[in-house]
Amino acid sequence: MLRRLPVLAFLLLPALGPAPARAAAGAAAPIVAASDAWARATVEGQSGSGVYLRLSSREDAVLVGASSPATDKVEIHEMRQVQDMMHMRRIERLALPAGKTVSLEHDFHIMLIGLRHQLKPGQTLALTLQLLDAHGGHQTFALEVPVRPIDTPVPVRHD
Amino acid sequence: MTEAPRRLPPPRRLAVAALLVLLLAITAALALRPWAGPGAPQAAAPAAFHSRDVSPENWKGAFTLTDMDGRTRTLEEFRGKVVLLSFGYTHCPDVCPTTLARFAQVRRLLGKDADHVQGLFITIDPERDTAALLRSYVPAFDPSFIGLRGSEAQTDAVTSAYHANYQIVDTKTERLVDHTASTYVIDPASRVRLVSAYDQTAEDLAQDVRALLAGS
Repeated sequence: MLRRLPVLAFLLLPALGPAPARAAAGAAAPIVAASDAWARATVEGQSGSGVYLRLSSREDAVLVGASSPATDKVEIHEMRQVQDMMHMRRIERLALPAGKTVSLEHDFHIMLIGLRHQLKPGQTLALTLQLLDAHGGHQTFALEVPVRPIDTPVPVRHD
Repeated sequence: MTEAPRRLPPPRRLAVAALLVLLLAITAALALRPWAGPGAPQAAAPAAFHSRDVSPENWKGAFTLTDMDGRTRTLEEFRGKVVLLSFGYTHCPDVCPTTLARFAQVRRLLGKDADHVQGLFITIDPERDTAALLRSYVPAFDPSFIGLRGSEAQTDAVTSAYHANYQIVDTKTERLVDHTASTYVIDPASRVRLVSAYDQTAEDLAQDVRALLAGS
């Protein structure tokens, strides 16, 4: 019997989702998967920062919000460059079309507002995404996001 | 020069020579072709920068601001160095850290020449960006970098000197600051020379800095 345990563990591994952003265990299989998630470290006194990740959904879904115990507010932001001016605005909804990977690394990001404590590299940040599934049902998706050094460059664009 | 193999009869020698001439011609054509892309060998030409060259516009980049230790600083103090200057605010989630991270990478790419490069970060949100916050934020990217702030009038003066824009947008939930994402490159004679786009690579920016240090 005992000899079978490693095999079982191996079979269970994929259910834990892609590392390093791991979906909280317990809930039914989430409709979205996150990859390459990270939060930018802050210095003492800094109240805002960003979280970057890639999301892919099994069905047409919409990202409608996020929250974290580390902050007062979490928002979804869109970045738009008009000539050399960079405009950043909160958006209410971000479509996650079925089977498509949506990058929140350049044109969009998750903005942390009113941080309650400094984010230090090596720590993790608890983040919960609020989603609407294809039937308009509310879903949540919990992530543990690793904190990376303040000077981490945003990854090169894939699109 | 090596001699052509002796055993070859004259016609074959001619053929080899013709082939060599042809190869040389092709190599030269490839090296000199005007359509050569970035990274391709370039013909010797007047220094062409990756960044936008604003030298002919004679911008007056001089400023007086206060650094994160409370000292008055002017652009003139950095004469002899290439200055990389950007505008931003510490609550900015990705443009500002990405820009400052690129400055740090440029310094690493320059090796010993890094001593002749000064990174400056001017806040366009001096109300929230206190000297203390700039003191912990700016050197986190590179200990040599200096954070600068001024009164609203000084901030307006320095941004307009660099043809930069910023706009404070108070939304219901927070204060956002739209701002110019470019980097300004000032030569060792304190002249504003180049404007580097937000998405320019550190390698291209380092090459431009090297050209300015070499006297371009």
